[in-house]
Amino acid sequence: MKTNDVILQTVTKFVLFVIILFSIHLFFAGHYYPGGGFIGGLMTSGAIVLLLLAFDIKTVKMILPFDYIKVVAVGLLIAIGTGSGALFFNMPFLTHAYTYAYLPLLGKTSLHTAVLFDTGVFLVVIGVTMTIIQTIGESE
Amino acid sequence: MSLLHLAVLSPLLLAILIPFLHKYFKSIHTGWFLLPLPAVLFVYFLQFISTTGHGGTVMETVPWISSLGIDFTLKVDGLGLLFALLITGIGALVVLYSIYYLNPDKEKLNTFYVYLLLFMGAMLGVVLSDNLIVLYTFWELTSFSSFLLIGYWNHRERSRYGAQKSMLITVFGGLSMLGGILMLYIITGTFSISETIEMSNEVVNHPLFTATLILFLLGAFTKSAQFPFHIWLPDAMEAPTPVSAYLHSATMVKAGIYLVARMTPVFAHSGTWVWLVAGVGVITLFWGSFSAVKQTDLKAILAFSTVSQLGMIMSLLGAGAAALHYGTIGDGYYIVAVTAAVFHLINHATFKGSLFMVTGIIDHETGTRDIRKLGGLMNFMPITFTLAIIGTFSMAGIPPFNGFLSKEMFFTGMLRIAEMDIFNMDTWGILFPIIAWTASVFTFLYSMMYVFKTFMGKYQPEKLEKKPHEAPIGMLISPVILASLVIVFGFFPNVLSDSIISPAMGAILPSLLESGEGFEVHISHWHGPTAELFMTIGVITIGILLYKFMPKWAGIYSKLPSRMSFNRFYDRGTELLELTSRNITKSYMTGFIRSYLVYIFSFFILALASTLIFKNAFKLDLSDVAPIRFFEVVLVLIMAVSAITILFAKSRLTSIILLGAVGYTVALFFVLFRAPDLALTQLVIETVSVALFLLAFYHLPQIRRNEERIRFRATNALISIAVGAIVTMIALSAHSNKTFNSISEYYVENTYKKAGGENMVNVILVDFRGFDTMFEIAVLGIAALGIFAMIKLRLTRGRELDENK
Repeated sequence: MKTNDVILQTVTKFVLFVIILFSIHLFFAGHYYPGGGFIGGLMTSGAIVLLLLAFDIKTVKMILPFDYIKVVAVGLLIAIGTGSGALFFNMPFLTHAYTYAYLPLLGKTSLHTAVLFDTGVFLVVIGVTMTIIQTIGESE
Repeated sequence: MSLLHLAVLSPLLLAILIPFLHKYFKSIHTGWFLLPLPAVLFVYFLQFISTTGHGGTVMETVPWISSLGIDFTLKVDGLGLLFALLITGIGALVVLYSIYYLNPDKEKLNTFYVYLLLFMGAMLGVVLSDNLIVLYTFWELTSFSSFLLIGYWNHRERSRYGAQKSMLITVFGGLSMLGGILMLYIITGTFSISETIEMSNEVVNHPLFTATLILFLLGAFTKSAQFPFHIWLPDAMEAPTPVSAYLHSATMVKAGIYLVARMTPVFAHSGTWVWLVAGVGVITLFWGSFSAVKQTDLKAILAFSTVSQLGMIMSLLGAGAAALHYGTIGDGYYIVAVTAAVFHLINHATFKGSLFMVTGIIDHETGTRDIRKLGGLMNFMPITFTLAIIGTFSMAGIPPFNGFLSKEMFFTGMLRIAEMDIFNMDTWGILFPIIAWTASVFTFLYSMMYVFKTFMGKYQPEKLEKKPHEAPIGMLISPVILASLVIVFGFFPNVLSDSIISPAMGAILPSLLESGEGFEVHISHWHGPTAELFMTIGVITIGILLYKFMPKWAGIYSKLPSRMSFNRFYDRGTELLELTSRNITKSYMTGFIRSYLVYIFSFFILALASTLIFKNAFKLDLSDVAPIRFFEVVLVLIMAVSAITILFAKSRLTSIILLGAVGYTVALFFVLFRAPDLALTQLVIETVSVALFLLAFYHLPQIRRNEERIRFRATNALISIAVGAIVTMIALSAHSNKTFNSISEYYVENTYKKAGGENMVNVILVDFRGFDTMFEIAVLGIAALGIFAMIKLRLTRGRELDENK
């Protein structure tokens, strides 16, 4: 099927980055404002889905050559790894730690191991959504 | 974590490294990386002899699930040490042998050695743990590794069959044993073996005693291939020969013996135990040796021989357990059976291990194991021939080898069991020595068959695949070591008596010993003209006669009805099981998602509605509700209208869009109720799932509303209305029944204080209830893999079908 979605494709090229930036913002804001790994991941997947709708699966695969099943695996490893990290400090599994640091440009910032855990969640959500959509989309 | 724990777990830890070692050091046979481990462990365990030799034990505990009484407690006593030495010692020899047996270019060495290490660690865990649950865990792990090793050549149908058979039977026994362990826990309130032994009086008088005993014995009998569960062992011979030598003769099959020996102090006060263990043992002994004679495959002979020898050790343990009744050592009249059991355990490992390795050599160098094709190999393989002679003569009980000594003691034990005045032994007890003697004749017979049909007789080069020649030196080292042990133990049996045998007996019969005392063990060759001597002479004479006139009487084997065999029973049983379960599954797995949804929702309705009714839980309390605002009314109307319109939609596209409308309205509700996180999630989820629906759109068939029958639609309507009603009722009741304070206050207070965050929802997700999130993402991952596998596999299947056309 030949499509001619000039408007959609042009808009996508710009909007995509806005959505992804927004999803990254959501991801980092999670601990203090609405957001977090789950929503951030979904939002990023939403951006990729938009890309899929505007172009086609082959093009998107060329632009983002990820094996999403591996993304799931990496995400799970990060999440479980963060949890097990606590064991090395003789704390129960999944105990988080946090501290505040003064970073150049950013000023007072909280550093939290929960972010690492959330990164795992973020990756798993992207991986799962995209695996499902890609496999179903490709099977035509 | 003590050094002992590290020693037990080290094989499992090394197993993690093996795939990498295999990958990056291709030129070196992976076995070389393994070899040092069992050797070092063997030396490490040897040190314990100085402790256990004086009746001492070493105990180390690592807390695991202390609240449930499950701790990773390891205990080295005489019995555990004996097995640990067998596992590591034979393990080292088998690994060395396997390096020359397995061709690195043809076999997948990485998986083989990973399985082998898995087994080694599991087996050490079985014999050294003092906690029954830990023991059980390792026990099942040995079953799994055995399964993997039997099925190692998984392209062969027989391997897969044998692997499955051993798995089904041993895991059945393992689960029975778990039942026994739990019952024992009900009786004693502890999982610790040492503590259980101290409470043996309470155990014996408990009403659950007999059931516990039988469940434990099921575990032991299945694992040690006792009659009638022996059928898995001959099929397990499909494994590579080093595995057969290691798992299925020297170590794993002795786990059942270990369990019986270990639990003797707990159970042996009852006659049931003595009769069952000794009786099943002696029947196994006879049946194994009788069946071994008709085999033509060398490995099958050894398999049945192992079954029979295991039965022999088992019967000795049963007979020796009777000694507990007399309370003291006395003159050691019945204890000799236990001595014989421990001694024969060691002897069997040495001669059977070397015989299996000899079989492997014959197979390797001639290409066959069939005694009808073999013959006259003596001239080609003189060293192997010598090894075979030593092994088989020891197995047959011919002096001066170690098998003779334990066989004599076995006769003593069996004769004495017939003299016992307890447990009604005076009635049927006389059968024990008779069966034992008959079985020994057959043992003699198959031992002679093994060596003479292979090495003597006519050389038949035309039937062999390869031209036979002596094995490479590497393959000979291990059997030579084992065969020399056969001779050393044969001439100097007393090197073992104080260091190994006596401490092991101390662990089997602890109540007979005062503290600091040990069993006096002295094994001698010549007892004067006793009954045992004449029995041995009888065995040899009758054995030679039977061997000479074999063609005349071998016909009785074909007279046995093959329809009645246990193998047939097993095969029919599994077939029937598969068929029945397939039929049951087919009856409800229709392949239509609609049916599954009907099941799920019907159950949902049934479970929840009955709870609501029987618990009298439905309650309506409208005192504390927020006022209904205008926006909410509008949203509810939109939702209701779109939901109802779905029912009448003509095309799927309309349905998808309407469903999306419902979802977005829910998101708006979240906004109204000030839950931004939920609203965001719901919005994105809706967007993504609508996109997904559109993608899947092409695959879905057209809606066929007109063809649907009334009954079909009535069911749907009924179920959907009921689900809606119940969810509403539960929501109302949940609001109205406030049985305890909400946890939300806790979160409000602690979100910043304890977790350093301000967004409560997210802090709950990643921190307070991080475990939930972790499992959720794991489930998501599994779902993705499932979808991926279903779609991709279906595609490849389709492709295969195309190719076949």
